[in-house]
Amino acid sequence: MIYRETGQFKTTYASDQQLFPILQDRIFVIGFLVFAFGIMPLIGTEYLFRAILVPFLILSLAAIGLNILVGYCGQVSLGTGAFMAIGAYSAYNLAVRIPDLNLIVIFLMAGVFATIVGALFGIPSLRIKGFYLAVATLAAQFFVDWLFARVKWFTNDSSSGNVSAPPLEIFGYGIDTPVERYIFVLSFVCVFALVARNLVRGAIGRSWMATRDMDVAAEVIGIRPMMAKLSAFAASSFIVGVAGALWAFVYLGSWEPLAFDVNRSFQLLFMVIIGGLGSILGSFLGAAFIVILPLMLNQLPGWLGIPLSTAMISHIEFMVFGALIVFFLIVEPRGLARLWAIGKEKLRLWPFPH
Amino acid sequence: MNAATTRNLTIAFFVLLAAGAVSPMAMGSTKFPQWLEVVLGGLMSGVLYSLVALGLVLIFKASGVFNFAQGAMVLFAALSLVRLMERMPLVVALALTIAIMVALAWLIERLVLRNLVNQEGIVLFMATLGIAYFLDGLGQTLWGSDIYTLHVGMPKEPKILLEGTFEGGILVSMEDVYAAVMAATLVAVLALFFQKTGTGRALRAVADDHQAAQSIGIPLNRIWVIVWSVAGLVALVAGVIWGSKLGVQFSLQLVALKALPVVILGGFTSIPGAIIGGLIIGLGEKISEVYLGPFLGGGIENWFAYVLALVFLLFRPEGLFGERHIDRV
Amino acid sequence: MKSTLRIKTAAVALAVAGAFGAAPEAAAQSNEIFIPVLVYRTGAYAPNGIPWADGYVDYLKLVNAQGGVNGIKIAYEECETGYATDRGVECYERLKSKKPVAVNPLSTGITYALTDKVAGDKIVLFTTGYGRADSVDGSVFAWNFPLLGTYWSAADMLVQHVAKKGSLKGKKIALVYHDSPYGKEPIKLLEERAKMMGFQLLLLPVTHPGVEQKATWLQVRQQRPDYVFLWGWGVMNSTSIKEAIAVSYPRLQMFGVWWSSAEPDVEPAEMASKGYNGIALGHSDERDFPVHKDMIKTLYEKGQGTSKDKKEVGSVLYNRGMISAMLTIEAIKQAQSKFGKRVVTGEEVRWGAENLNLDAAKIKTLGFGDMVQPLKTSCSDHEGVRRGRIHTWDGKDWSYTSDWLEADMKILGPMIKTSAKAYATEKKIMQRDCSKEK
Repeated sequence: MIYRETGQFKTTYASDQQLFPILQDRIFVIGFLVFAFGIMPLIGTEYLFRAILVPFLILSLAAIGLNILVGYCGQVSLGTGAFMAIGAYSAYNLAVRIPDLNLIVIFLMAGVFATIVGALFGIPSLRIKGFYLAVATLAAQFFVDWLFARVKWFTNDSSSGNVSAPPLEIFGYGIDTPVERYIFVLSFVCVFALVARNLVRGAIGRSWMATRDMDVAAEVIGIRPMMAKLSAFAASSFIVGVAGALWAFVYLGSWEPLAFDVNRSFQLLFMVIIGGLGSILGSFLGAAFIVILPLMLNQLPGWLGIPLSTAMISHIEFMVFGALIVFFLIVEPRGLARLWAIGKEKLRLWPFPH
Repeated sequence: MNAATTRNLTIAFFVLLAAGAVSPMAMGSTKFPQWLEVVLGGLMSGVLYSLVALGLVLIFKASGVFNFAQGAMVLFAALSLVRLMERMPLVVALALTIAIMVALAWLIERLVLRNLVNQEGIVLFMATLGIAYFLDGLGQTLWGSDIYTLHVGMPKEPKILLEGTFEGGILVSMEDVYAAVMAATLVAVLALFFQKTGTGRALRAVADDHQAAQSIGIPLNRIWVIVWSVAGLVALVAGVIWGSKLGVQFSLQLVALKALPVVILGGFTSIPGAIIGGLIIGLGEKISEVYLGPFLGGGIENWFAYVLALVFLLFRPEGLFGERHIDRV
Repeated sequence: MKSTLRIKTAAVALAVAGAFGAAPEAAAQSNEIFIPVLVYRTGAYAPNGIPWADGYVDYLKLVNAQGGVNGIKIAYEECETGYATDRGVECYERLKSKKPVAVNPLSTGITYALTDKVAGDKIVLFTTGYGRADSVDGSVFAWNFPLLGTYWSAADMLVQHVAKKGSLKGKKIALVYHDSPYGKEPIKLLEERAKMMGFQLLLLPVTHPGVEQKATWLQVRQQRPDYVFLWGWGVMNSTSIKEAIAVSYPRLQMFGVWWSSAEPDVEPAEMASKGYNGIALGHSDERDFPVHKDMIKTLYEKGQGTSKDKKEVGSVLYNRGMISAMLTIEAIKQAQSKFGKRVVTGEEVRWGAENLNLDAAKIKTLGFGDMVQPLKTSCSDHEGVRRGRIHTWDGKDWSYTSDWLEADMKILGPMIKTSAKAYATEKKIMQRDCSKEK
């Protein structure tokens, strides 16, 4: 009843091609943005910003990046943590070696470095496919982990191998409070989500999807697999690299290579698959699921007043988390985004389904 | 790339590999007995990698599932065994652990695989990651998170051989030798099982072609239970060997990561591939770490195995013995 | 079809609940002092994390059972970090709303991450026997307290000890270390000492979590170093000892830092680890001091002990957990002696920690016998004391096998100053003038 597109005619190409063709969607998205930018900073607690929203947003961004590669182009990667690390460490080196560089420039440059390395490690994808490729990308993961742990130049000769981000400052304005950090990250995520959304529905996005569905067929109809695959690796790595820089600078503040180890790669792949392959919205849903669920499970016994030992809570967290992943895969293998889409379909007919 | 080029490149790869392995000695940076110790050490580790890889390959062949939970199964099996042994004699505990692993296989088939029939490989892969998390939690809840010492009678002290011939002799870890013998026995038993028994033949049929196997009356579901049980047993053996070496502890599950380069090097669908791949990776890792590591600051064995596999895949994308895949539109 | 739909609806509901289910935080009561307890009881480092956490929590329980700190009860809450930095930061943020005064994360990685945060939040960061070595300098690191000893102190004492057995000139020392900030921390000092004393330092990193060490020990066998220093944690320690056995490296020439010389490290290798040494952080596995008896009587005989097994009371890491908690409590007491016997704030506890003065008699009355060396902190010295002894595993127990060693401040002092200064410049921190502090 509410969600119905009857009477919404598309009379121009522009209106047919717009990002959200349905009026209700537009209202919803704008409303959500107003809420996120305007109302959230007023009602959120420090814990919510620092420990939930900021990591959630940054990992959503990384998940968007990975989704371009896995969901849109069909190249499974287990090296996402490495590309985040490249973003983080190049941002660190830029910040340390060129002190007056603007923070936004630093983050974008970090993305560029990640792009270069990402495209380099994308080359094997021209020959190797499927799980073979997934395992081969682990080479990038372990190599990069080792590189940043061993080559002292990258950590500016820090004796412990731990580096910490300089104070965040943009146009002379410090980003210190949790709310400022939240807004800063949110702006980045919104811009990149918009860019990604537009990329995937353009010509380049279509070439990715054709490659994903069947690369030989795509080649036959004139899509150059090298361009498609490498551009997907490049675009994906750029976004992942920026997310890595944000993760290091805004969330952690001080880090070591272990912050970007293989578990981070698995975590991101989880987000993309649970959220929905080939869906920008799915990246957010997946990130919410993976970031927030374990914290919820961990704190739930406390809220309910059930006295459990810390160890027990963690074990239960592991079990429920694992079981829920399997459960969601069985319920909807195409992810939470697909559930959302089904919900919208139902809403169109509500309250008079066939 | 045609078949002849691929073959030549493969041969070139192995020649280079062998040259790389021998070079430290040829260049005089090490003496023969020391080099031999490293080679032996590498091969022994390789046998253990093969064992875990074998579990992966078995499941992949029969059900097309890339089973990331293999590592968690190793840990779970070893934990069950070591904790049961505290309460009962070894034989009973062993039987009970086997029963647990079979029950686990049955549950996985019932609750997970059956509901995910015909899904894409990556979804199944994710499901096994979910299983891995679940087993981690369950294992620690049931059996605790300490380091447990596993006694199965493996000798701890090494033997020094040929002390008269070489200065310092050649050190051989008897524990590794036992482990290698156990692994080799298991592989032989499995090979017999696959070649000679009716169930084994059914398993091979399923591996070759699911639909054809089903159409001649092989029950797929039962085959899956069997294959996961066998993988569970392989996990148990791997768990016993690693557990008795390192103590049974949470990190045992990380051996799964060690098995990944092995399976891609050997080919996902090949049992001989898993064995030879394991040996190559084990050898490559140790030689690179010992002789190349000091120049690069150490700790290179982790990525070296993967890079080795990656380079090999560039000209043999399906691994050493993997099924050649022909793309058709 | 209908039932699948219902499942799907339930799944959506669950997801939504997951996304918006942030619940209110219960604030600590106003007449209690809150201490968050960051622990790891699961995962790869659990075997070492558990006894420490049990000791820490048990001591807080004991203080409460004996009437609290000058009548003020201690409230505490455990949070599982799994030794992961991001999870540790989350724990810290989660428990921050309860107005904690001090935190002791038992992880060098988490310490690094929290160092930037504690000054703003006014929470004292106690790192008993770990943490940043340069945080000894209180003029820069006002909120960090690496009490009892840093890794530089540990490495220095170990070098001094082996030097007593004969000149180190031309000798070879291998450092087998956990490839993380924790394991890398001593390298700087060892390099300095190597230059001074003319020994060769061999660095052998072990990747987290440390179960893959065969190549490392093959290198040890080939290079035959005169001594091996072990800087591991969790399962890495026991693996190192087992691999040392497998290459026949004599255990007598192996020396662990205090985090690599506890029961979970040597017990898995059983009798074969006999002769393995470690530097003790002033204490070993003492079991018969009044505090242990109190612990058994007040907690364990009433079934209120944290550990599952009474035998754990008095083990090396349990003792360390207890001592860590005791030092935190003493800092609170010191704060109360100046600011009044009430619920003190983080700032007041910081003052207390900076003006700790525990002499031998005081430590004895606390029931700790000689497990803690007399310590005195000041603005320029947040470590308090840097003394230790070597203890050796005889197959069943630890026993002391050396005289007291003391880290040489003539070497450490300038290094700490330089490193702290560099940090201050990088972070734009105003250095305090310690001569003006009382």
